[in-house]
Amino acid sequence: MTYIAKPQFHHPELPRNALGFTRRDYEGRVSTLCAGCGHDSISAAIVQAAFELDLEPHRLAKLSGIGCSSKTPDYFLGASHGFNTVHGRMPSVLTGANLANRDLIYLGVSGDGDSASIGLGQFAHAIRRGVNMAYIVENNGVYGLTKGQFSATADAGSKSKRGIVNHDNPIDMVSLALQLGASYVGRGFSGDKSQLTPLIKGAILHKGAAFIDVISPCVAFNNHPGSTKSFDYVREHNEAVNRLDVILGRTPIHADYEPGTVAEVTQHDGSVLKLRKLAADYDASDRNRAMAYLQERQSAGEIVTGLLYVDPDSSDLHDHLHTAATPLNRLGDAELTPGSGALDAINASLR
Amino acid sequence: MPGPLTATNDFVVKFANVNGSGSASANSLFARSILRMGVPVAARNIFPSNIQGLPTWYEVRVCEEGWLGRRGGVDLMVAMNPQTWDRDVAEIEPGGYLFYDSTRPIPESRFRGDVTVLGVPLTRLTNAAYSDPRQRQLFKNIIYVGALAFLLRIDTVEIERLLAEQFESKPKLIPANVEALKMGWDWARENLQPLGLQVRRADKVGDRIFVEGNYAAALGAVYGGATVCAWYPITPSTSLAEAFTEHCQALRLDADGQANFAIVQAEDEIASIGMVVGAGWNGARAFTCTSGPGVSLMQEFIGLSYFAEIPAVIFDVQRGGPSTGMPTRTQQSDILLAAYASHGDTKHPLLLPMDPAECFEMGAAAFDLADRLQSTVFVMLDLDIGMNDWLTEPFRWDDARRLDRGKVMTAGMLEAGADFGRYKDVDGDGIPFRTYPGTHPSKGAYFTRGTSRDPYARYSEEGAVYQANMLRLLKKFHTARDLVPAPVTRAAAAPTPLGVIYYGSTTPAMDEALAELAGDGVHIDAMRVRAFPFPDSVYEFIAAHGRVFVVEQNRDAQLRTLLINEGEIDPSRLTAVLHFEGAPITARFIIDRISALLAAPEREAAE
Repeated sequence: MTYIAKPQFHHPELPRNALGFTRRDYEGRVSTLCAGCGHDSISAAIVQAAFELDLEPHRLAKLSGIGCSSKTPDYFLGASHGFNTVHGRMPSVLTGANLANRDLIYLGVSGDGDSASIGLGQFAHAIRRGVNMAYIVENNGVYGLTKGQFSATADAGSKSKRGIVNHDNPIDMVSLALQLGASYVGRGFSGDKSQLTPLIKGAILHKGAAFIDVISPCVAFNNHPGSTKSFDYVREHNEAVNRLDVILGRTPIHADYEPGTVAEVTQHDGSVLKLRKLAADYDASDRNRAMAYLQERQSAGEIVTGLLYVDPDSSDLHDHLHTAATPLNRLGDAELTPGSGALDAINASLR
Repeated sequence: MPGPLTATNDFVVKFANVNGSGSASANSLFARSILRMGVPVAARNIFPSNIQGLPTWYEVRVCEEGWLGRRGGVDLMVAMNPQTWDRDVAEIEPGGYLFYDSTRPIPESRFRGDVTVLGVPLTRLTNAAYSDPRQRQLFKNIIYVGALAFLLRIDTVEIERLLAEQFESKPKLIPANVEALKMGWDWARENLQPLGLQVRRADKVGDRIFVEGNYAAALGAVYGGATVCAWYPITPSTSLAEAFTEHCQALRLDADGQANFAIVQAEDEIASIGMVVGAGWNGARAFTCTSGPGVSLMQEFIGLSYFAEIPAVIFDVQRGGPSTGMPTRTQQSDILLAAYASHGDTKHPLLLPMDPAECFEMGAAAFDLADRLQSTVFVMLDLDIGMNDWLTEPFRWDDARRLDRGKVMTAGMLEAGADFGRYKDVDGDGIPFRTYPGTHPSKGAYFTRGTSRDPYARYSEEGAVYQANMLRLLKKFHTARDLVPAPVTRAAAAPTPLGVIYYGSTTPAMDEALAELAGDGVHIDAMRVRAFPFPDSVYEFIAAHGRVFVVEQNRDAQLRTLLINEGEIDPSRLTAVLHFEGAPITARFIIDRISALLAAPEREAAE
């Protein structure tokens, strides 16, 4: 619970990253979610990703909406500014924050209720604008905080804990993100941290709108037989197309893979995304084929995971707006206020 | 039957046009030419929510005395729209003038015997001179300006100068326009006599400028340091965002041509205010501009801004409500919506500019206030101020003025050991310190939320903690009383038990009404309220008068309600004078209404 102080002590020989931080330095408060919640595993993956990327915690801002998933930014990166906004509206707040200071890293955390129902519009528009962010949806197919109603990502035919069958068609956020122009799209599973952590690292390093759909079973309301978002169901139907390794620019790259089984993508910042192919014919650089592949596997009842699409030459909203390099929140009076001379000329033109 | 009206520098001309016909620039040319002769004008568009084909009017009040409100009544009707002919003709004052296109005959029965009819064959003249349909349409407008210049004795040299300035970048167009102007002028000289209504050169304009409030407010936002604008198109606020874009392109590009601003046309008003809140949280000055329907949609975020204490500026260019209401008509009917926006106990400062000069001043000041108060600040324009050119004082800026960023804790302060409690009242004014994200590697980070929290921004559902925070927010709001623009009071020439309170675009009509009432021996002390929360001087003014009229442009007497509610005023002390039919209030209306109320028994008048 939040009023229980989290102990600060840790093993003296915990590994430290290039900045001298331990993994503990990237943690937040004690989680108030249910024991076994998939969301806590995602928080742990975010902590791990930030640690491995040697991020300065204060250079990242974490924003969320409302719901179980949106509570989680309190549970990781305690030295970062966080903002728990309003239901379904995190994307606009993140967009505004990003406009104000282009130098920070923006992590948006949301859920399927927050982003696929009330916030579907804002999700779509933030993606299509190419806001430079890592947008993670912790997708469990239900409303947890209000006790188990279906969300808009629940599959048609799936059954609620109380036995009610959902007849509405699901919204697939990965397909939407691809269609809307997201330049980095992945899907992970909270039960597979080794797959998820590099997906998050790649998203954080990516320039532009990076989106990760993480299937994250709700142990309290959506982990029963008949659910298509339960741990068992997802494990049985998980079809990973690739395994990602994120290699920072400064790390030497070892080539120890079979030829033809690895694709390398170099991002703007010099980081390399190394994709080991699991599905032989899957090409993560082809948006149209990725969309078709997803539809096809989805019809077959499979949940496709991995790094599904990446555009290494992506641009972001600031590129489109031609914003100056200095963050807008650092501009002073001299840059902002044109002065009385300019005003005299304007007055003269209005007489 | 009265003879033809005679007046010099004191009359009203109304143009009845079809929208989309290019009349707006010709009509504006007409108004500006009179200004160039040193005679004040007040010009107002009355237009439909439509792009082409519906009726639109442009009303020009020529007034050497300087009254800039609508007068009411029409002395010269320029009737260019057959659809509205009958009502346009009916509107002319007895003895007035009717100017029309006489190319096609109009039956005798559709004229009036008590007005002077001036037929000019505009279509015939235009068709004879031009073959291109668009040219015919545009030059027809210039031809009638030329004919009117002869009839009213407007100096065509001034019009030619204005044309030269207007087409400075397309000089080829200047001779063609001047030719059309002369065509109208020559035809009128050969066939008509100058009217009893005359423009005579004067020196009453001074250094004033002629400009829209939206343009002015947007310029104020530039000078106030706004860098982020997120908006969604809605009449009558759209031109504010467009003006901000133009101003920024002219004034805010850096040496490399990169933008020291970011403007996003959002997907709706909710996203607009969301972006503003995000930018404000992150230390940039941000605003949105909208109208009543947009403010309705923004309610949830405004509450977040209030409770999480995030600066935001909203320009609300008010229009006729409720619902879609009268989108192209003016009202002051969002006062309560803005003052108490969002669920729970909330209050927000409102700035109430009276004209474009104050739109500029308050447009800039709003950003200092929002940063200082860490809350949403509304600038309440209306369609009349926002979308009409007003003759107004020139914009002024003191180069010694510095932007006030409010209480922002820096890395240096944190390093020096300052105790940072995001919601801690350290100075007794209810205003806490904030940090921008990314300030310091290990100090000053906090979690922002719309839920209850303690002074150190930790989540708390404890009753005492919640209540202390809510009371601090109230204290902060009281602090705002001394920060917002003070009311402007004008004492009557003689001691009087009567007072009047008014605000915003009612001001020019009020000025004129007060002068005329004083001329008739009715003395009223006047107070123009410029902001909410109200300082004590407002309540003192009410207490000092036996009867106070509150003049405003809405049905429900919203400012009066706010005064009663916030000052615990006995409602019977405040008499509402309300104008809400959508056209701007007139001095005639105020005079008639106040005179009737003073003549009526007290009991009836109090209702």
